[in-house]
Amino acid sequence: MELLVSAGAGAVQKSRWLAMHAAAVYAFLYLPIVTLIVYSFNGAGVGGFPPRDLTLHWYRILLQDDAIWVSVQNSLIVAVAAVGIALGFGIPAALALDRADFPGKAVFRRLVLLPLILPGIITGLSILMLVNVARVKLSLATIILGHGTALISVATTEVFAGLQKLDRAQEEASLDLGASYWQTFWRVTLPNLKLPMIGAALLIFTLSMDEIAVSFFLIGRDNTLPLEIWGRLRRGITPEINAISTVLFVFSLLAIVGWYRLRAGSEVRREVAAQLVETV
Amino acid sequence: MFSRAYKAAVTIPPLAWVTLFLLAPYLLMFCYSFWAVASGNVVHQWNLGNYHDLLAKDVYRDTLLRSLWIATRVTIFALLLGYPLAYFLSFYAGARKDLLYQLVIIPLWVSYLVRAYAWKTILGTDGVLNTLLQFFHITRHPVDSLLYSPFAVVLTLTHIYTPFVVLPIYAAMEHVPRNLVEASQDLGASPTQTFWRVIFPLSAPGMVAGATFAFVLSLGDFLAPQLLGGPSGIMISNIVVSLFGAAYNWPLGAAISFCILLLVVSLLALAERLEKKWSYS
Repeated sequence: MELLVSAGAGAVQKSRWLAMHAAAVYAFLYLPIVTLIVYSFNGAGVGGFPPRDLTLHWYRILLQDDAIWVSVQNSLIVAVAAVGIALGFGIPAALALDRADFPGKAVFRRLVLLPLILPGIITGLSILMLVNVARVKLSLATIILGHGTALISVATTEVFAGLQKLDRAQEEASLDLGASYWQTFWRVTLPNLKLPMIGAALLIFTLSMDEIAVSFFLIGRDNTLPLEIWGRLRRGITPEINAISTVLFVFSLLAIVGWYRLRAGSEVRREVAAQLVETV
Repeated sequence: MFSRAYKAAVTIPPLAWVTLFLLAPYLLMFCYSFWAVASGNVVHQWNLGNYHDLLAKDVYRDTLLRSLWIATRVTIFALLLGYPLAYFLSFYAGARKDLLYQLVIIPLWVSYLVRAYAWKTILGTDGVLNTLLQFFHITRHPVDSLLYSPFAVVLTLTHIYTPFVVLPIYAAMEHVPRNLVEASQDLGASPTQTFWRVIFPLSAPGMVAGATFAFVLSLGDFLAPQLLGGPSGIMISNIVVSLFGAAYNWPLGAAISFCILLLVVSLLALAERLEKKWSYS
C-alpha cells in the first residue's frame, strides 16, 4: 500500500522530497565505490580530476604482485577454516538454544552474540592475551581462532532462525519410525537447514575475508589481504589497491547474485511442492 | 522429545569452546587491567594503578570524550540519512522496493578498509574533491583541512554505518501493520499525524537497534582515525593500540579496553530495555 493513494498534493510533494533525499543518500553511499573503480583505470595515480590516461596498467602490476596473491591465499585459508569452526560450533549452539535447557543459557546466548556488536579491538585484544598467557606463537592459526570464534554468532543466529521455521513433525516422525538421534540429525535436521547454513557460510566467509580489527592483533608473519592492504596504505598509495578492491568487489557481487538465484530457486521449488500437495 | 544425551551433545562442545575462547579472554582482560608493568615486563601485581591513571591523566579523559562526541555525531548523521531512506523504501518505493533495498546492502560488500581508503583518495590535498573544485575554479588552492581531521573520521564512519542504521529501521517499518496506517487515515488524520502518531512510534525499536550499532562500533574504531584522522582525530582505541604496541603497557591498555567493554555492555542493556518497552505487540 502506498500512502500517496489516499492523500492530496501535500503527500505527493512529501514523496518527492523523500525520493530526492534517497537519491542523495545513494550518491553518498556509492561515491567512494565509484571513485575507487574509476581510479583503478587511472594512469595518473589515485587522485586528480578529471581521471586521465585510462589504462589497465595497475591490473597488470597486480597480476605480477606476489605479495598480494600470497595474502589472498592466506585470507582464503583463514576464511575457509573460520567457516568450518563457526559452523562446527554454531550449528550445535543453535540446536542447544532451541531445544536444551542448561544453567547459564541466557548468558551463553548473549556471550555468543557479543563479538558481533563489540568493537573488534576488544575481542582481538582479549584473545591476544589468552594466546600470550598460553605461550602460543602468533600465526594464521591464531587469526583462524579469532575469526572462527567471533563468527560463531553469525552461524548461530542464521541456523537458529532456520530452526524456528522447521517443521518439528518431520523429526518426530523420523524418531518414531525408529531412526536414531544421529540418523535424524543427518537425514532430517541438517537437510532442512541447508539454506540457512549456506547463507551463514557465505556471510562468515565474506566477513572473514574483510576482517581487520581482530586480525590486526593476532597476526603472525603471514599477512591476510586486508592487513597487506593496510601495510601498503601506510607506505604510500597507488591505484593497484583500487584494482585489487575492484576485483574483490566484482567477486562479492557475483556471490550475492549466486546466493539470490539459489534462494529464489529453492523458494520456487517449495511453492511448486506446496501446489502439488494441494492438487493431490 | 530429545534425549539427555542429544542435549548434552549439542550443548557441551559450543559451551566449552565459547567459555574457553571468548569468556576466558574477556575475564583475562579484566585480570590484566589490575596488573602492572615493571622494567619492561608484565608483572602479576594486583593494583588499581591503571584505573587511577585513567582518572588522573587528562589525555585519557579528553580522548574518550572526543571519541564519544565523534560516535554521537556519526549516530546522528547516520539516523538523519538512514531514517528517511528507510521510510521512503518501506512506504513510497513501490515496485522498485527490492532493488532499492539491495542497493543499500551492496556497499557493505566492499571492504571497510577499502571504503575508508577511498575517502582518503577523495579528501586528500591532491585528492579527487580538491582537484575537482580547482578544475571548476570553485577554489584556487587545495583545501587542506578536509583530510586528517575529525570531520574526515565522522564522514567515513557515517558512510560505513548508514546501511547498518537503515536495515533495522526498514525491518521495523515493514512490520508496521498497514491496516493501522489505513485506519489512521480513515479516521481523518493527516499524513503528518499518521506518521508521527503511528509509523514513528512503531519504528522506534528499529531506530534504537541501528543507533546502538552505529554508536558502539564507531566508538571503538581505530582504523578510520589512524587512516584519516590526523593528530586531532585520534580516538580512544588508537591509544589502546599504541599501549599494546610501541608504548608497551598491556595492563593499562587492558584497563581502557575493559572500560570500553563495560560502557558497550551497559549501552546494549539499555537499548534492549528501550526496544522492549517501545515494541508493538
